[in-house]
Amino acid sequence: MLWNEVWQTLLGTLRDVLPIVAIVGGFQVLVIRRPVANLRRVLVGIVYVVVGLALFLIGLEQALFPLGRLMAAQLTDPAFIYAGLEQAAGAVHWSDYYWVYAFAAAIGFSTTIAEPSLLAVAIKAQKVSGGAIGMWGLRIAVAIGVAVGVSLGSYRIVTGLPLHYFIIAAYIVVVTQTAFAPRLIIPLAYDSGGVTTSTVTVPLIAALGLGLAETVPGRNVLIDGFGLIAFACLFPIMSVMAYAQISEYRARRQRARLGE
Amino acid sequence: MNKSLRALAKALVGSMRDLLPVVAVVVFFQLVVLQQPLPNVAQLLTGLLMVVLGLTFFINGLEIGLFPIGESLAHALARKGSLFWLIAFAFALGFGTTVAEPALIAVADEAAAVAAEAGVIGASEKEQTGYARGLRLTVALSVGCAIVLGVLRILKGWPIHWMIVGGYVLVVVMTSFAPREIIGIAYDSGGVTTSTITVPLVTALGVGLASSIRGRNPLTDGFGLIAFASLTPMIFVMGYGMVAH
Repeated sequence: MLWNEVWQTLLGTLRDVLPIVAIVGGFQVLVIRRPVANLRRVLVGIVYVVVGLALFLIGLEQALFPLGRLMAAQLTDPAFIYAGLEQAAGAVHWSDYYWVYAFAAAIGFSTTIAEPSLLAVAIKAQKVSGGAIGMWGLRIAVAIGVAVGVSLGSYRIVTGLPLHYFIIAAYIVVVTQTAFAPRLIIPLAYDSGGVTTSTVTVPLIAALGLGLAETVPGRNVLIDGFGLIAFACLFPIMSVMAYAQISEYRARRQRARLGE
Repeated sequence: MNKSLRALAKALVGSMRDLLPVVAVVVFFQLVVLQQPLPNVAQLLTGLLMVVLGLTFFINGLEIGLFPIGESLAHALARKGSLFWLIAFAFALGFGTTVAEPALIAVADEAAAVAAEAGVIGASEKEQTGYARGLRLTVALSVGCAIVLGVLRILKGWPIHWMIVGGYVLVVVMTSFAPREIIGIAYDSGGVTTSTITVPLVTALGVGLASSIRGRNPLTDGFGLIAFASLTPMIFVMGYGMVAH
């Protein structure tokens, strides 16, 4: 039973890696026509990546995902939200869902810290910036963005406000911040929107969104269930730029104090 | 030997620290908010052990495998000086890694169900499969174009913010014309395209290119490829919705 799952996951990961290996290998052999430096080491590294990712996914499926999905279902269950209270017929007040917002924020933050692709970008960013952009600073900034985004996205599903109002408003904030944020951080900030949502975050967030859209009266799963991922992509852009702006502001104040 | 063992132990501790917040959140909500016991503690612990091991292997593999190959390929292509092959590689990487992405397949199937329910396409299985395949190819095409655009930006040194802001404006304009059912899916499709293996490779490609071209800064020019890859799918999917509906 477990071995079957291990096998399936490993095959799935291999299938993910295969096109990449084919493209990279094909270009290396046909276009570059030169042997790869440390070929054996690189191959070992790729095997590590495949095995590591498969183990990671199986472990999540064994340990955290079932519990996380169950929790999302239980927290959005009207029986939990109106425990002991008489539910006013058909009327839902957005503030009744406070535990859902708290869970959305907490799970958004914590899964982002564990997200392997964000870790990869953070490692690169620290190396390239010579340590000016710290790994933990970046990761925590992104995680805060995801937490706020998913929480706000849950609020949107509960209230049923149109998705594009929020997205357009968020775009306006991002554009304004871009004009004022330090130039160095801008490409990295835009990138951090896309990297947050992969293996760990998406399954749990999607379960939360679908659970909410199913149980809140008057919501349509097909129309309102989507959109949480879009929130989780947009808000990190703002929080990373804000992180850079705050660091710059503090550095400037410190310089001003030293100058006195 | 002793040294590599110590490095391994350090990496394991790092992975555990990365994982601690998720475990804390799940345990807190289970015990305090929902007030239920933890089911299958043994299974939970073995699962966590696998996650920690897996993360450690993955990070190690990135450092010795994926990052070096991505960067060396970028250097070699830049040295070769052939724009055609560089663009071809960028497109192949974007298209090839996206078209088989499981998350995208799931979203495309879901989108076909939405379209069928809305009566835009017929409810027959054949029509739904065709719609889902069209959507998948659209997204893969958009990611291919995104990586090409990002690579061109690195070569020419165009400022990224004008391109992203322009993309946002396009998204907003298209939102007001696109069919309502496709909007949520279009916005989400930006997030599902970049998988855990694609991200490190694409990042290495960008940083490698930027550091091998004179006058480019790896930090300001090397990043940004993923940003394009999560923006163009929204535009392309809404376009697909407008054409197909």
